[in-house]
Amino acid sequence: MSPISSRLKNGLILSVLWGFSHTAFAAAYDLREGVTEMSRRIQGLHHLSLGVCVVVGVIVFGVMFYSIFAHRRSRHPKSADFHESMAVELVWTVIPILILVGMAIPATTALIDIEDNSDADLTILITASQWKWHYQYIEADIGYYSNLATPTAQINNLEPKGEYYLLEVDNPLVLPTNKKARFLMTSNDVIHSWWVPDFAVKQDAIPGFINEAWTRVTKPGLYRGQCAELCGKDHAYMPIVVEVRPEAEFDKWIDDQRLARELASGQAVADREKEWTMAELMPIGEQVFLSNCATCHEPDGLGQGTTYPALAGGEIAIGPLEVHLDRVMNGKADTEMQAWAPQLSDRELAAVITYERNAWGNITADVVQPRTIYAAR
Amino acid sequence: MTETPNNQHKHVILLCSLALAMFGFAYALVPLYQIFCEVTGLNGKTSGRAADPATISQVSDREVTIQFLAQVGNGMPWEFRPTEHQLRVRLGEFNTTNYYARNRAAQAVTGQAVPSVSPGYAAKYLRKVECFCFTQQHLEAGEDQNMPVRFYIGDDLPEEIHTISLSYTLFKVPAVQDTSSIAKIANNQQ
Amino acid sequence: MVTRTEDLIPHRSPLLAFIARWLLTTNHKEIGTLYLWLSFTLFFIAGAMAMVIRLELFQPGIQFVQPLFYNQMVTMHGLIMVFGVVMPAFVGLANWQIPMMIGAPDMALPRLNNFSFWILPFAFTLLLSSLFMEGGAPNFGWTFYAPLSTTYGPPSTDFFIIGVHMMGISSVLGAINIMVTIFNLRTPGMTLMKMPLFVWTWLITAFLLIMVMPVLAGAVTMVLTDRHFDTSFFSAAGGGDPVFFQHVFWFFGHPEVYILILPGFGIASQIIPTFARKKLFGYHSMVYATASIAILSFIVWGHHMFTSGMPLMGELFFMYATMLIAVPTGVKVFNWVATMWRGSLTFETPMLFALGFVILFTIGGLSGLMLALVPADFQYHDTFFVVAHFHYVLYPGAIFGTMAAVYYWLPKWTGHMYDERLGKIHFWTAVIAVNLTFFPMHFSGLAGMPRRIVDYSPQFVDFNMVSSIGSGLLGLSQVLFLYIVIKTIRGGEPASTRVWEGAEGLEWTVPSPAPLHTFETPPPFPPVMESDVNE
Repeated sequence: MSPISSRLKNGLILSVLWGFSHTAFAAAYDLREGVTEMSRRIQGLHHLSLGVCVVVGVIVFGVMFYSIFAHRRSRHPKSADFHESMAVELVWTVIPILILVGMAIPATTALIDIEDNSDADLTILITASQWKWHYQYIEADIGYYSNLATPTAQINNLEPKGEYYLLEVDNPLVLPTNKKARFLMTSNDVIHSWWVPDFAVKQDAIPGFINEAWTRVTKPGLYRGQCAELCGKDHAYMPIVVEVRPEAEFDKWIDDQRLARELASGQAVADREKEWTMAELMPIGEQVFLSNCATCHEPDGLGQGTTYPALAGGEIAIGPLEVHLDRVMNGKADTEMQAWAPQLSDRELAAVITYERNAWGNITADVVQPRTIYAAR
Repeated sequence: MTETPNNQHKHVILLCSLALAMFGFAYALVPLYQIFCEVTGLNGKTSGRAADPATISQVSDREVTIQFLAQVGNGMPWEFRPTEHQLRVRLGEFNTTNYYARNRAAQAVTGQAVPSVSPGYAAKYLRKVECFCFTQQHLEAGEDQNMPVRFYIGDDLPEEIHTISLSYTLFKVPAVQDTSSIAKIANNQQ
Repeated sequence: MVTRTEDLIPHRSPLLAFIARWLLTTNHKEIGTLYLWLSFTLFFIAGAMAMVIRLELFQPGIQFVQPLFYNQMVTMHGLIMVFGVVMPAFVGLANWQIPMMIGAPDMALPRLNNFSFWILPFAFTLLLSSLFMEGGAPNFGWTFYAPLSTTYGPPSTDFFIIGVHMMGISSVLGAINIMVTIFNLRTPGMTLMKMPLFVWTWLITAFLLIMVMPVLAGAVTMVLTDRHFDTSFFSAAGGGDPVFFQHVFWFFGHPEVYILILPGFGIASQIIPTFARKKLFGYHSMVYATASIAILSFIVWGHHMFTSGMPLMGELFFMYATMLIAVPTGVKVFNWVATMWRGSLTFETPMLFALGFVILFTIGGLSGLMLALVPADFQYHDTFFVVAHFHYVLYPGAIFGTMAAVYYWLPKWTGHMYDERLGKIHFWTAVIAVNLTFFPMHFSGLAGMPRRIVDYSPQFVDFNMVSSIGSGLLGLSQVLFLYIVIKTIRGGEPASTRVWEGAEGLEWTVPSPAPLHTFETPPPFPPVMESDVNE
């Protein structure tokens, strides 16, 4: 074959392979490229190590299969005698070491860059708890919870599953494009892990300690991840969604958050001044209960054994109000019962406690007012 | 047999001792890690002892940002937050910041603040002359207080660190481990 | 004079005599049998738990079990497979084979041997009974990280801790017994560098066991005192550190996974030369490689913790050390292939399993190399990619190794040849099923599916469906294996003394079935092998 047509042939083969590797078919099987420089470099590392492994596998298994074929007894009745060779041992020790060095170099340079968390444009404190995330923007002084938004009915197969089943939240983390965002991870209870595959960021959230990671995203969009460390019952149900917006939109979003917080406090003032009736509070309370409490205490209030006590006829639910308030607002140390005071408004807390005291056959007839909650904070 | 039974005996004793020694080794890891982390600061924990203000060297021109963060442990009914989110400080310079705490509960509660620094190895250079994390903090029902941290960052801080994050997690101290209220009761009885 | 166990108890009834025999035996062959049957029983129990897991993961959504129970299945499946299936199986094989392979009449400490075994049924009864306790069985993964296990673990956690202590004591005593036996009871002429490789790999495994099982005992005791006696090893509130748990656990955990594979390496090194009719290539190299793997295994534990907030220097150190282990492991694989090369190969069932072991374990080892690269590990860690990796090295590794050994030595143990046709069906079904089950997990992990989750996003459903179907087939294939083993015990073509044409070693000089007491006087070494065989 002439040099030109040989090169054409090689070029054709390479183009086919390149095209194939970029098809949807290949994408379904490959580690994603992601949307950051680091995620792209990591994908490259993945391809390098995968390539090395495939080549090694093909060679070793090729030799084995050849031997299985050519040296089977029917074809090769007399076995050879040799059983050692220092030279050969040396060769197949040194060559693998060289291959490993070849892989270690790009891995090392990538790692050094990944671990460089300095000079970030914004810092976000990510606090994990069972089973949700809290995001706190340090410079902007804004914070909120991010919960799974998939309805329970979908999980229990009563409704068809949505497109982003288990990968959707009520309040995503919002980031600006082209800015270095530094994340500080910690936890309120057990070890969780914050992972967004498109950013190739994964760091454990450890109670009592902070870990750091960073990313810089150029492409606006929605990116989804999941908790990556077994953290109890609902480990599968605490996803992460990051919305990356162009810088100007991000700045506006920050201002909107501040405004919303002011409005919420205005609303909260109004709630406190109003005298609420049982009929008004019960439906709100039921909705709050189903969204936040039912996963452990069950929609019918019967709980699950001693781990998640029953509220129907429960000691606290029909006992003194102060104890009930304290338990809901401040949680119980060293258990999965968390403090709800930071997470719910006065109205929501008043409603859900009223609901718990008057549902499922509990007849305390107590009506808790939002201002009572406010005073107890 | 190739060996007399006496050798067997010796081997059994040796191997049993090895097993027991390894059990002890697991526990020895506790002080070993503590020393390793204190020397390197790698786990991000600042020293539990006050730094001697006399060891301070001169103030340098180099500035770093230090961020202040606060966490409250589960079941801890306190409001707890830094009064400022960050400071721009010079190395070697004395600084003070305050954390605000308020006990929302209807009874007295004792808490212990546990620090964590990121990047971890910066912890070694964050020298605290006074810190509320050195002792347990006791608040009566509804009581609040400002808790100071007086610190300086050593001028031997590695070049590549430009931002330090200091986080405190406030945990509830169970009654059996509460040394603060015992002290208070003792004080009241004097 | 040797007192027979049967004589200790007057014959009141055959049942009592049967119980006394098995309860009180100090015979290495009978104790080997006990370990193997315990392992086989627990294999089906832990396998059933895997079936529950795969059933729930067949489709997204919650269909069959609730998340809390699912987490218990995940945890118990891991604990029982590691401590109740693989380890006892290898100890059972050690008990049966090591004395015969070195020309010894029994283990050095026969009564300790009996005790080491009998701890286990009690330990596993305790562990399994936790499924019925208030709060359920342990649900925090077999790695029981703090504070999920310390602060948030159910009441059964304390029973789990006691169970782990019991299993640990059994393993350490068994390992001491094996080491003392190998050091002291070899027949004259069998120097260390002339021992069969299975004995070498078990010697090194026993050393690892003695070194690290006590560290697990320490970790588990720290969990117990953190839970009940006000210590704070792993609690930041008391000045401790949850990551410290991971350090102590994985210091045990990494050598543990080499404990779970080294005897398998030894088995492959026995079987391949036999069916290649050629001596093992590079005997010395194989010994040194195994020892290197064992030594290196002590300094790589951090590679399980790359996302825990490890500083750069730590990450680099553990990355390089982990990559280094690939070298001696590769050397072993190359030596097996060189043993085959220009041999005269036949493919009876033991050889099929041994070759399946080499090929599929290598795939698992290669994915392990990928995991060693820290930046890439940030994407792989705690996903199904890791689950794929360790199931490839454990199932086609440890389990196929055990099955290969069983097929290889069953004729010696029972005096009957197993049914070769059925054996081949078992092999091919198992190989196809194992790949159907675990290969797709590489892809679901790469696509972003975390591990230890009860429910997942629909983008992962195709891979999960294939895995679940494969797992059903895999379970069925093991029922076939049970049938084959029982059938062989009960009858079959009589096995000759040497059994396999290429078999070399002292165990192939005693009659089949091997008499209860063999080598009561030390045999000459090297042995003269019979030419009359079954093939």
